[in-house]
Amino acid sequence: MIRIVDIGMNHETAPVEVRELLSFGKQDRDMAFHDIQAIKNIKESLLLSTCNRVEILFTTEREKEAKESVITFLSHVSGIAPGELRPLLYIYNDQEAIRHIFRVGASLDSMMVGEPQILGQVKDAYRIAVDNKSSSVILNRLMHRTFSLAKRIRTETGIAGSAVSISFAAVELAKKIFGDLTGKGVLLIGAGEMAELAATYLLNNNVAQMLVTNRTFSRAVELAEQFQGSAISFDETESQLLRVDIIITSTASPEPIISFDQVRRIMKGRKNRPLFFIDIAVPRNVESRVNEIGNVFVYDIDDLKGIIDDNVGKRQAEAMKAERMVDEEVLKFSAWLRTLKVVPTIRELQEKCERIYQGELQKTLSGFKDLTPEQRNGVEMMAKSITKKLLNDPIVFLKGKGEKGSQDLYLDIARKLFNLDGDTREGDE
Amino acid sequence: MDIVFFRLTLSLYLAATAGFLYFILKRNKKAGLWSHRILLLGFALHTVSLLIEYYHLGAVPGLSFKSSLAFFSWAIVAAYIIFQWKFGILVLGSFVGPLSVILMIFSSTIPISAVTVRPIFKGLLLPVHVTASLLGDGIFVIACIAGIMYLIQERQIKTKRLGAFYARLPSLNILDSINYHAISYGFLLLSIGMIIGSIVAQGAHGTYWRWDPKEVWSLLTWLCYAVLLHQRMAVGWRGRRSALMAIGCFFILIFTFLGVNLLMEGYHSFESLEGKPLP
Repeated sequence: MIRIVDIGMNHETAPVEVRELLSFGKQDRDMAFHDIQAIKNIKESLLLSTCNRVEILFTTEREKEAKESVITFLSHVSGIAPGELRPLLYIYNDQEAIRHIFRVGASLDSMMVGEPQILGQVKDAYRIAVDNKSSSVILNRLMHRTFSLAKRIRTETGIAGSAVSISFAAVELAKKIFGDLTGKGVLLIGAGEMAELAATYLLNNNVAQMLVTNRTFSRAVELAEQFQGSAISFDETESQLLRVDIIITSTASPEPIISFDQVRRIMKGRKNRPLFFIDIAVPRNVESRVNEIGNVFVYDIDDLKGIIDDNVGKRQAEAMKAERMVDEEVLKFSAWLRTLKVVPTIRELQEKCERIYQGELQKTLSGFKDLTPEQRNGVEMMAKSITKKLLNDPIVFLKGKGEKGSQDLYLDIARKLFNLDGDTREGDE
Repeated sequence: MDIVFFRLTLSLYLAATAGFLYFILKRNKKAGLWSHRILLLGFALHTVSLLIEYYHLGAVPGLSFKSSLAFFSWAIVAAYIIFQWKFGILVLGSFVGPLSVILMIFSSTIPISAVTVRPIFKGLLLPVHVTASLLGDGIFVIACIAGIMYLIQERQIKTKRLGAFYARLPSLNILDSINYHAISYGFLLLSIGMIIGSIVAQGAHGTYWRWDPKEVWSLLTWLCYAVLLHQRMAVGWRGRRSALMAIGCFFILIFTFLGVNLLMEGYHSFESLEGKPLP
């Protein structure tokens, strides 16, 4: 009987040092894939390898041997003995394997639930399998269900809905204030990893100009080059506040460098065009009262963290919804798999009947030489439709059993009733 | 209004409203797009039905409270279509849809009264006066809705509590921009409506201005929006203040539209318009 198996490891089961050993680059991946394809007992296969996970998904009729071979293969590639490798792996069979691949595709098994890259990676993995003709009836359907489910989860739940990194949350806020960021000006005061990341995101959103200032001018020039912006001296800051729209502050100054009165003054000059301060510094660079001024918005690091915490919570709640959708889809797929199991029996049944009626037809017709072609045709049609109609009910019955349980019993009975397994009892009679 | 057309229009508006509510709740873009199309269809039917009524009545279909509610509903949907077309803010429909339905249902509950169309209502200027004024009102409804949306969105961003509306409402910039455009065009139409109205009055009563309550309140409304527009353009008001004032002006406008016609006496009151003798 055909089984679906998934053997793999992810960020939860294996440390990064081990995952590294098994993360295949583009060329390695093709080679590895051919090695897997070559394993005896594996029928269909797919290899997914990202920095957070390695998954080998395959179908087999000899589950035990296939699993051993795959583990040996992984052990061989990583250079870790099978005994040591075994505890770092998970092995899922049938329903569990289906569920697992659904969850992986829908980004429910990711380190950051809802992250969007994984679906693309799964699609790539599938494409390679298709190119190498190692995906057939079962994996084709399984992967297509995975993709459509992932898409549905993405649109119908909010697992990917909201920003979960500080810089990204800041850019999202900027968009809610300014709408399109095209043509907006950004001023970066000070430097730091988070500030630079936020600046990069803003650049990706087509802001028009990036000004950089720093207590040390040379550092400002350096950063300006990095962002294709221009450096200004620290004393120019106030006059530039009239021109830019988004200000990222990230200096080590113990005192606020942007004051309430200063911003109030500036807003008059700006004719109240909105101003957005992203204050990543600790202690804060912008006086908190500045947020009270109309059309001015100040977010400090704690505010941004608060938003992210909320968003992470929201994603988790949405993930529950997604899990339910996965459950449903697993049931549907398993039902389809069971109908697949009755297909060989039905086909054999049809073939056997076809043989019988062809044989009988020949015998009968050879006795009636002077029949007209129409009459011969009529007899043929009759024989054909009798077999077809006789078979109809048993086939419908078996297919129906495919969607429920107790299928094996009825398959067995059907095979015995129609003697499909070629016993020699015929001659005993 | 022709009852078949009225019911068809109302059904389409209802369907669109249901879709728009689903759209804002579930954030299902497809539902929003379809609701918009349904609303467009409803609007087309509504327009045809108003034209038919105009043809049969020989006067603008806004002389009774019943018909002017339906006409106002038409004007709001028209304003929505213009702003949705210009700014692409489908979520506006989630506010406009229910409003248009409420007005239509309200209109349908008022019994039909026989309207005697006096000769002075039969000119070409009166329809222009009524249409321009009501369309202006419809656009001010959009300004008010955008103002409410702005206040909600701004409050969420200022207080740093990003609730359910944060993702659903458009950016502050777009809302403020709608505010500006709506006030400008609404003001223009209201001005046209009032000027034409005074010309009609000159023809009918021999005087441009009679200190009728409707005239006085219209002038107040006009002044309110004029101040807002001035503050925006000359002083640089924007955002919250402008939104608040657009909402404030709208209250005066509603009183001018409903309160004056229903509570006060004058030649603009529906009793008078419907042809009943003034006490």
